[in-house]
Amino acid sequence: MGGIIVYLDGITVSFDGFKAIDNLSTYVEYGELRFFIGPNGAGKTTLLDVICGRVKPTKGRVFFREDIDICRKQEHEIVRLGISRKFQTPAVFANLTVFENLELSMRQNRSVFSSLSAKLTSAEEDMIRSNLEIIGLGQKANIKAGSLAHGEKQWLEIGMLLVQEPELLLLDEPVAGMTKKETEKTGELLRSVAVNRSVLVVEHDMDFVRDFARKVTVMHEGKILCEGPVEKIQNDPKVIEIYLGRGRETNVKH
Amino acid sequence: MARLGSKEGSQVTRFISLAVIALLLLAPLFLSEFRLSLLGKFLSYAILALGIDLIWGYTGMLSLGHGVFFGLGAYCTAMYLKLEATGGGLPDFMSWSGLTGLPWFWQPFEHGWFALVMAIVLPVSLAAILGYLTSRSRIHGVYFSILTQALALIFVILFVGQQPYTGGTNGITNFSTIFGYDLAAPSVQTVLYYISVFFLVATYLFCHRLVNSRFGRILVAIRDSENRVRFSGYNPVWFKTFVLALSAGIAGLAGALFVTQVGIISPAMMGIVPSIEMVIWVAVGGRGTLTGAVIGAILVNAAKSSFRESFPDAWLYFLGFLFILVVLLFPDGITGLFTRLSHRYHRVTSNISTGKTVKSVQPLESNRV
Repeated sequence: MGGIIVYLDGITVSFDGFKAIDNLSTYVEYGELRFFIGPNGAGKTTLLDVICGRVKPTKGRVFFREDIDICRKQEHEIVRLGISRKFQTPAVFANLTVFENLELSMRQNRSVFSSLSAKLTSAEEDMIRSNLEIIGLGQKANIKAGSLAHGEKQWLEIGMLLVQEPELLLLDEPVAGMTKKETEKTGELLRSVAVNRSVLVVEHDMDFVRDFARKVTVMHEGKILCEGPVEKIQNDPKVIEIYLGRGRETNVKH
Repeated sequence: MARLGSKEGSQVTRFISLAVIALLLLAPLFLSEFRLSLLGKFLSYAILALGIDLIWGYTGMLSLGHGVFFGLGAYCTAMYLKLEATGGGLPDFMSWSGLTGLPWFWQPFEHGWFALVMAIVLPVSLAAILGYLTSRSRIHGVYFSILTQALALIFVILFVGQQPYTGGTNGITNFSTIFGYDLAAPSVQTVLYYISVFFLVATYLFCHRLVNSRFGRILVAIRDSENRVRFSGYNPVWFKTFVLALSAGIAGLAGALFVTQVGIISPAMMGIVPSIEMVIWVAVGGRGTLTGAVIGAILVNAAKSSFRESFPDAWLYFLGFLFILVVLLFPDGITGLFTRLSHRYHRVTSNISTGKTVKSVQPLESNRV
């Protein structure tokens, strides 16, 4: 399916005069898996915050599905439209079981009164079970989310987004703090979930970006430095100077 | 915690609950009149504690102003009782303060049904407004607590200051009858006691259903990560407003029951200190478990009365020491202690048997994160 799912039109976000994002315009197409990279403070996370409604832009507008102006909507309304957001540190419901985490997250009527009488249908249960298998937590359905390992929490949160059945998935550093093996598994997970929807990933881990990215947008000081396929980005002298070079230095330190 | 407890846990809870109900029903047979009315008072506190547990234990909003909602329920009922005692005449404190006629807002309280409805509706409305405004402005945690504390302070100052209308520091007291029945008669007090038992059981069952519904899980989710709730498509504002209003309504009900059995309500019973005490009952019993709230309210108050009788000079120190002990040693309160012990017991027994029952037992490591 072609067409544009989200279009950012001249977005500026300033915090007390500091421009975290400076007149940025870009768009993401249906079915695209797009990576945003850039050094710390480039405005990547702020960009996700703008799309999911957490931060209102000082200037500019964000359109979803061509004609819905997101900046006028509250966060939960944006989720209901079909935009789901994963945070950098895993945000799961620690005192609920893995299954219950997914039960609450799934697409449903989310009003107070329908939650009072909501019953889990067998179709919904099957859907949750199959998503549990996708994220590899089928055996841990009845364990409280708070006792999962860090990587498992990240997968659970991705699972919570999947059952929301979003059209656009926003992921903020999904492999941060993961072991190499967990990172690989997350990559596979991403590839499989990106089939039916658009995914927008903010990432620091350059190896991960090289392995999985199709199209990359490099940000620097609130602006887009360049945009294109991974190979092109890797060989761009400006990118090497501001980001990849610095990335290599920190890699050495690790 | 026992809230989402395993099958074993809920069976134990059910057994204990039935035993407690049986004991409460039989209490008039072996308790003196004085003790019975004391127990009736504790039961109204237990209802109040259930409401506080909903909002604090489950939703994580620490209200330090629940005395206000309790007090409003109590005052509404007291206004009716007072008017019945004066037989339509001017209440004593009004004539002392120089009023010549009954204020307009007192007049409908001549009718018992109106007073009882208002005892719930007023706290619910106040809490709904407070809940909506605070959650819409995303006032969380300690800031919410401070606001509720300010609310308690404002109401005390208001009620003390408006002596002609509220009875001032003395509050409202000297009642004689309720719906024509003599309040001093032991049989009437026994009936009021049974009404309290009924409402305690009814409130408990209601809350039990609520916290085991999807709504209840959303409350826990709000406590764990309100942001994630919002980004799961729920609007936390409505959930928090609803639960605060509900909790206030339960507090109002408790206040109404309290005043019929204790015979007085004054600003000192709705201020900051009693409001904090109410939270302590829940903390001692075990926050986030309904049985804990009930047990905490009854035990702490029973301890308070018996300390006060046996050690008139030192009871406050004992009580303070008890709180410190519980909070330090049993952060999940009394019920948390029992859950821990029963988990240990189940782990031992399931290790002995095949170990196949383990799945239905809640994993131990999930106990606390």
